[in-house]
Amino acid sequence: MTIHFVVHEEGDSVGTVVVENVKAGDTLTGWVMEQDRTISLKVLNDIPIGHKVALRDLDEGDTVIKYGVDIGRTIAPIRRGEYLHVHNVKTKRW
Amino acid sequence: MAIDLGKATFWGYRRDNGRVGVRNHVIILPVDDISNAAAEGVARNVMGTMALPHPYGRLQFGADLELHFRTLIGTGANPNVAAVVVIGIEPGWTQRVVDGIAQTGKPVAGFSIEHNGDSATIMHASRKAKEFVHYATALHRVEVPLRELWVSTKCGESDTTSGVGANPTVGNAFDKLHAQGLTLCFGETTELTGGEHLVAARCRTPEIRERFMFMFNRYQDVINRHKTSDLSESQPTKGNIAGGLTTIEEKALGNIQKIGKRCTVDGVLDKAETPTGPGLWFMDSSSAAAEMVTLCAAAGFVVHFFPTGQGNVIGNPILPVIKLCANPKTVRTMAEHIDVDVSGITRRELTMDQAGDKLLECMFATANGRWTAAEVLGHREFVLTRLYESA
Repeated sequence: MTIHFVVHEEGDSVGTVVVENVKAGDTLTGWVMEQDRTISLKVLNDIPIGHKVALRDLDEGDTVIKYGVDIGRTIAPIRRGEYLHVHNVKTKRW
Repeated sequence: MAIDLGKATFWGYRRDNGRVGVRNHVIILPVDDISNAAAEGVARNVMGTMALPHPYGRLQFGADLELHFRTLIGTGANPNVAAVVVIGIEPGWTQRVVDGIAQTGKPVAGFSIEHNGDSATIMHASRKAKEFVHYATALHRVEVPLRELWVSTKCGESDTTSGVGANPTVGNAFDKLHAQGLTLCFGETTELTGGEHLVAARCRTPEIRERFMFMFNRYQDVINRHKTSDLSESQPTKGNIAGGLTTIEEKALGNIQKIGKRCTVDGVLDKAETPTGPGLWFMDSSSAAAEMVTLCAAAGFVVHFFPTGQGNVIGNPILPVIKLCANPKTVRTMAEHIDVDVSGITRRELTMDQAGDKLLECMFATANGRWTAAEVLGHREFVLTRLYESA
């Protein structure tokens, strides 16, 4: 089975796309590495390899979790399946 | 693993001070920027030598000057170096570098340019450099236990695949090497921001933890004093962002995968300081690739693990840099730079344990003399860290 995105661990709010040419509307298979199980998700945007997809709906100001740890805050609402990057997430440091 | 690490050996050059190198360079080391031309002149005259030009060494003072000397002396003292010709504009600081390197017992000689000129300096230094090449090329590799190998790590042009694949591969290898009592090093102080609590929790004693947090906070103060934005595009870099990394916290959490799951942090070093015993050392350092790898070389490390995502091409004149990558696009588009392809991890074709072993196999080959991609491609980035303006 082709893995299209990986998730570090259960509870993370994001997955990382690991294949090229992911297009809006594609249904992707994800691998939750720590728990070693697969999940399925429909993406709402084109997402480049290495970039992130939201695994659940997030409100503006929510904390984004990856590796089970806080990686920043959302600056706009983000829907499940949506592209998540510098346009809608910022650091809490500096 | 295929190799029994407990009984493993490699073939290296045993130096007079007991340390073991995996390369046998004769270097021509300028003390300062204006001595680069003479150093490069010698390296052109004498086959088997290498000049290490750099832009600093004049009017530095205080801690910045101490770091300059520590880096130059450490570079010359590194066991990958057989012998050193030092060239400076004047004799005083030249001799200071010579004396520091001489403590290792290796052949070293200094030459100064004032009242001699470049031509006479190059002539005298070339005669000495020729002697040193004869000395170095007569040396033989000897078999030594794995635990005598000093291995450092730093990642560069990271992306999200670094945190998924390449960095945990280094972590897997570091867990295995740490258990064998090797001397290991990681650093990149600012790139721990957001994961510093996880590193602190790995410190073996409260004293080590306190020293780590002192170094971490000291660097945060520098950032806070000089920043004009949230540092986006500097840290994470434009390349990191292009690779999908969004915040410094995300980058840091990927970065610290390099210290594995079991390693303890056994000590803390200031920039270019040499470890005093085995274990995993944190070195306070810049996160800029060439600066950090130069500091690792000056601290005495002889092999370097460099995971990359988007494809950093860095090398070092004396420290072999092994590149590994888990991004299939980078492995395809920049194949000539990648020593170890671990892109099979995200396809579930390669377990982390297998990836770690693959890296260790490359480490043994490199230690035994095989050149890395960066060495073959001529990457010799020698970049000194500066702390502040010259006087």
